[in-house]
Amino acid sequence: MANEALVTQLIRLADDHLILGHRLSEWCGHAPMLEEDLAMPNIALDLLGQARALYTYAGAVENKGRDEDAIAYNRIEREYTNLLLCERANGDFAHTMLRQLFFSLFMHNFWQAALSSSDETVAAIAGKAVKESDYHVRHTAQWVIRLGDGTEESAERTAQALRQLTPYLKELFEADDIALLCTDEKWLPNPAVLEAAWKDEVTQIFNQAKLLLPDYELGQSGGRQGRHTESMGYLLTELQFMQRSYPNMQW
Amino acid sequence: MNTTAQTPLWEVFIRPRNGLAHRHCGSLHAADATLALQAARDVYTRREEGNSIWVIPSSQIVASDPQDKEALFDPAGDKIYRHPTFYDIPDDVGHM
Amino acid sequence: MYSQGLNDKNLETAETPEFLAAFQARIDADEKIEPNDPMPEAYRKTLIRQIGQHAHSEIVGMLPEANWITRAPTLRRKTALLAKVQDEGGHGLYLYSAAETLGVSREQMTEELLSGKAKYSSIFNYPTVSWADMGAIGWLVDGAAIMNQVPLCRCSYGPYARAMIRVCKEESFHQRQGYELMISLCMGAPAQKDMAQDALNRWWWPSLMMFGPPDGDSLHSDQSAAWKIKRFTNDELRQKFIDATVKQAEHLGLTVPDPDLVWNEAKNNGNGGYDFGEIDWNDFWKVVKGHGPMNKDRIAARTRAWEEGAWVREAALAYAEKQKHHTAQQAQG
Repeated sequence: MANEALVTQLIRLADDHLILGHRLSEWCGHAPMLEEDLAMPNIALDLLGQARALYTYAGAVENKGRDEDAIAYNRIEREYTNLLLCERANGDFAHTMLRQLFFSLFMHNFWQAALSSSDETVAAIAGKAVKESDYHVRHTAQWVIRLGDGTEESAERTAQALRQLTPYLKELFEADDIALLCTDEKWLPNPAVLEAAWKDEVTQIFNQAKLLLPDYELGQSGGRQGRHTESMGYLLTELQFMQRSYPNMQW
Repeated sequence: MNTTAQTPLWEVFIRPRNGLAHRHCGSLHAADATLALQAARDVYTRREEGNSIWVIPSSQIVASDPQDKEALFDPAGDKIYRHPTFYDIPDDVGHM
Repeated sequence: MYSQGLNDKNLETAETPEFLAAFQARIDADEKIEPNDPMPEAYRKTLIRQIGQHAHSEIVGMLPEANWITRAPTLRRKTALLAKVQDEGGHGLYLYSAAETLGVSREQMTEELLSGKAKYSSIFNYPTVSWADMGAIGWLVDGAAIMNQVPLCRCSYGPYARAMIRVCKEESFHQRQGYELMISLCMGAPAQKDMAQDALNRWWWPSLMMFGPPDGDSLHSDQSAAWKIKRFTNDELRQKFIDATVKQAEHLGLTVPDPDLVWNEAKNNGNGGYDFGEIDWNDFWKVVKGHGPMNKDRIAARTRAWEEGAWVREAALAYAEKQKHHTAQQAQG
């Protein structure tokens, strides 16, 4: 039972990283400047790497012979349990940077807490991911500050992005029984206790970006139970295109 | 077509590891120093090329003019007395 | 890769016969030419054109492969593909930087690409319609590119040669990942092998065209060779590519789509080489002139990225300006 909770929680985390990495990789070749065409894939590659480590470990704990690809590709939409924030379409560069900042700030605190996990594999994954998410925060914070306090147009676009993303913030800190069981076992941090630090850090960055973090209590929820937004099916259509067209093959 | 202002050019120097000097490895465009440093990291250290980065606005580099090459560098060519081999020391004195 | 400030200088050089002879003597002595060295205007222009085209090819070349990142069938393949397309962006960046040492800005070059004034490799005007195309591009297109690029590491212009050394070093994994992908398809189910053969059928001839028109028809070859910008002729490189690649196709169990392909002992000074069928140069020129299957889409995608990115670039500049102003005020206060 406890192991099952760990598998569920690891897959939730892995899905966050796979789906957000997928979104970020959609930018490849289309960034506002060449330098950013290298920066965004760097972040996407980190996210994919984290997803792979988490899926692989989930498969090992589950012990039913599923490898990273079996879990990543061979599920129906209701079985993907990522945060809704991660599946939101890219929108413009402001929307993409702000979405990443929200997520990376949360994950940076999460991985930091996970460094002292009683599970050695989780602690090892956290050891690598904490450095990567640290850089993701630095990079996206610099952009959010520049876009928020750049031109009139960039400020308006950033404010608009914030309005669009606000409904998906509360879900970051959700902790159901499965999450709490993993917390009790000291396997994974409790997302709910990370909220205060996250809020502080967002506020500090927003002060420089001339943005205000709105009240986000009335947020959307459902990702952790596999209830998604309308865009998720299309995302999976692409992600699983090969598996659907050519089932059960090795690539 | 957008005729946006040009984003400044920066020169990037990377130190491969401690004990070595920073070495010029290329350039990039960025609006300010912070973005330039990050871009240098993302562009030029993807394969563990270094552990320290310098970025310098290209416009801040003062360079010698190739036309002055003869005046600047040729005069050093015949100052052989600056090199140890100019001086004869008997072999039995040993290494000096 | 050198100071932009230097590029503001008066670049005109009086091109007397003595000057041109002295320049050629430097090239013949295998001296490298560096950014501010006096150089004939035609040398500068040739390099700007060639390096610019090369950079554009890397950037446009991101698009056909980026088309498959979100559909890559395993996480390992997805990671490799994303890293490879990212590398291509890096290569474009190194090359734009090399061209900028000759007194042209990246913005200028970008606008020339988008207006159609500057060209890029026509191979990227073909569509990527199956996953096997990711293998075929890595194996054939990168294979051909490497043949073209390795000699450029010794090109007479220093910044171009240095950029190419970096490019070639990074590129070595690209062809291998493509070939490995082809192996996985050829060892797989019949549908996978068919997919691989279909990709080879579509990419083989365009890959041969990547080396450019036959030596007799090539516009820039002789002068570029004299200046050591180009070290081998188009036909020499094409032959080398075919000789290396046919064996690799046999290893995969795939058929090269050329009924005239036959081993000829006498070729290459008796070392042997392949005779091959006639290349459809009409098709080549059609694509070069903008009528390939993807020309319009590729430029449209680059134009969209450039135009939709304008407000981001402007915001970063505006913020930097404000910060400068702020710092200056603080210094005064």
